[in-house]
Amino acid sequence: MPVITYRDALNQALREEMQRDDRVFLMGEEVGVYNGAYKVSKGLLQEFGEMRVVDTPITELGFAGVGVGAAMVGLRPVIEFMTWNFALLALDQVVNVAAKMLYMSGGQFNMPMVFRGPNGAALQLAAQHSQAWESWLAHIPGLKVVAPGTPYDAKGLLKAAIRDDNPVCVLEGEMLYNTKGEVPEEEYVIPLGQAELKREGDHATIVTWGKMALVAQQAADQLAKEGIRVEVVDLRTVRPMDTEAVYASVRKTNRCVVVEEGWPHSGVGAQVADSVQRDCFDHLDAPVLRVHQADVPMPYAKQLEKAAKPDVPKTIAAVRKVLYLD
Amino acid sequence: MAKKKGESGAVATAPEESTPVGAASAGANGAGDGGAAGGADGAASTEGPGGAPGGVPADGEDAAENRALLHSMLLQRRFEERCAEAYAIGKIGGFCHLYIGQEAVSTGTLSLLRPDDYVITTYRDHGQALARGMSPRAVMAELFGRVDGCAGGKGGSMHMFSKELNFLGGHGIVGGHVPIAAGVGFAIKYRGGDQVIVCFMGESVVNTGAFHEALNMAGLWKLPCVFLIENNRYGMGTALERASAIHDIHERGAAYNMERDFCDGQDVFAVRRTVGAAIERARREQTPTLVDIRTYRFMGHSMSDAVSGTYRSKAELDEYLKRDPIALLRVHMHERGQIDDAAVQAMDDEVKQVVQDAWDFADASPEPPLEALYEDVLVDTTS
Repeated sequence: MPVITYRDALNQALREEMQRDDRVFLMGEEVGVYNGAYKVSKGLLQEFGEMRVVDTPITELGFAGVGVGAAMVGLRPVIEFMTWNFALLALDQVVNVAAKMLYMSGGQFNMPMVFRGPNGAALQLAAQHSQAWESWLAHIPGLKVVAPGTPYDAKGLLKAAIRDDNPVCVLEGEMLYNTKGEVPEEEYVIPLGQAELKREGDHATIVTWGKMALVAQQAADQLAKEGIRVEVVDLRTVRPMDTEAVYASVRKTNRCVVVEEGWPHSGVGAQVADSVQRDCFDHLDAPVLRVHQADVPMPYAKQLEKAAKPDVPKTIAAVRKVLYLD
Repeated sequence: MAKKKGESGAVATAPEESTPVGAASAGANGAGDGGAAGGADGAASTEGPGGAPGGVPADGEDAAENRALLHSMLLQRRFEERCAEAYAIGKIGGFCHLYIGQEAVSTGTLSLLRPDDYVITTYRDHGQALARGMSPRAVMAELFGRVDGCAGGKGGSMHMFSKELNFLGGHGIVGGHVPIAAGVGFAIKYRGGDQVIVCFMGESVVNTGAFHEALNMAGLWKLPCVFLIENNRYGMGTALERASAIHDIHERGAAYNMERDFCDGQDVFAVRRTVGAAIERARREQTPTLVDIRTYRFMGHSMSDAVSGTYRSKAELDEYLKRDPIALLRVHMHERGQIDDAAVQAMDDEVKQVVQDAWDFADASPEPPLEALYEDVLVDTTS
């Protein structure tokens, strides 16, 4: 099976879906001539032309709204935010229009569109460029929120997002674009809303998604050397959430750690913990613990940034704690 | 890019002035001049509101057409009057923004559109929904929050929608719908169609970022959009002059290399001439236009706002009331022998009956069942 980067997996997904359906177009800053700020859209302008790979001014609110309008009348826009940090300027279109249109029109106008771009912290980009937005987006009824952690998932989930007749937010990992993994040549689509057991174990469950799936795997590798067998549930889709997959694992291991990139307050991990305490109460042998970014704006200085981020040592410490080893 | 200011024969109400020029007869005369000038093209627009083919109309000489315009405006007026009544007794809840005083804008504009064109508007949307041809029953039932409303009772006053009529809503965030209009224009161009999108907005929208972002893209990409500012002079209680650094707000189009124009919004023929030219430009040349249509609302901003008081005077209101768009049209028709008092009375009686029927229908329609609460959050389909 070919081994390709996360970036190329996304590129393949876009290319295949644009070949499959001429209503699909890509719009955003630098997606065309520049080949994408992160080169995800490399080569697409040459293949599909400037009507379907549309460079915009720096005008997030505006082009998100253009996508919304195009979706209302039957096109299938893929709106790229150079990063989700910039999408805050466009949230009125995402939250007030795309998410609500079907409901407030009494079911008349569905919104077949994708908002996508890199999410979360990279390296030393400081406070305004280092944020994970899934808890904000997943809060909103009417949106689906996807956060792939591997090249295989990135391709399959983006293809599913483009085919979905609802607005789907795809949160790509800025630090994942260069990561590699196996991606089959034959076509596949990963249904939205299905978690995947990335690793089997019986001592404790780690629930995670997006970039943190990698951190969870690395933590599990190290814990395995101590004889601790961790199960890793990768949600892949944050909303709708595959809680049954989480429950099945927690009922097996009786312990649950949530690893997330965002801040703790009102985070997605809080939602997971709420669900688990309600539906797995009798199965829990320890409180649900969360690993997350420190509850501060992201600092620039290397040492402070490292201290702020969720990582492998913090994940290991949390797992050991739910096992009462420390 | 040529400057098109006032070319279409708008009456000369300077934007800096706070009082209108003249009374009803002066406005009607202005319209009559325009009508004579454009008479040769009269055949292009002999159909009534909702069904007219494109084309810059000749104004005012076709009796049947004028009756249709009057009927459309009168329907909105009587409908909104009953809305005020329904609101007062609690049949309509939430926010409710009435259209009274602005009917020439909706009727004048929408009488020029084809069925396959698109319309998008703000939360002051009852009048445009009716003028586009939405059933008064469906609009009133929506206002009453009933299952037979045009959005199943889930939208209410600010969110009228009809997919069948390409009526893309009623939007509640000031400025938020302008980029959507650009997106519809983009989709038209993407498909190579010759439709247009008409985007109504209040004058306060021109100070939002969304307006500028949308107009820049529409100008940059040459999108078939007609951006219509329904300039009723007040964004809630803040006068245009207290909110915008320039007062000839159609000139904002200059920043986006966009054709621009203004007209008297109380004169349905002036609206049709000016907007008609913009629609034709969008359809034939695929270029956008920004039009400042100078109108006035005769009611408060919403039902919780006094008609006059803190931010505008009774005297100012009274001056504008002299230029009631329905009265102006009626005078115009009287002067040409196109309608008499008995016919006006008969039309009014008929319209009131239509609105009463809408009320009765809405009143009898059930509330959405509780099962509807979780319906239409997402669709369960893929392409």
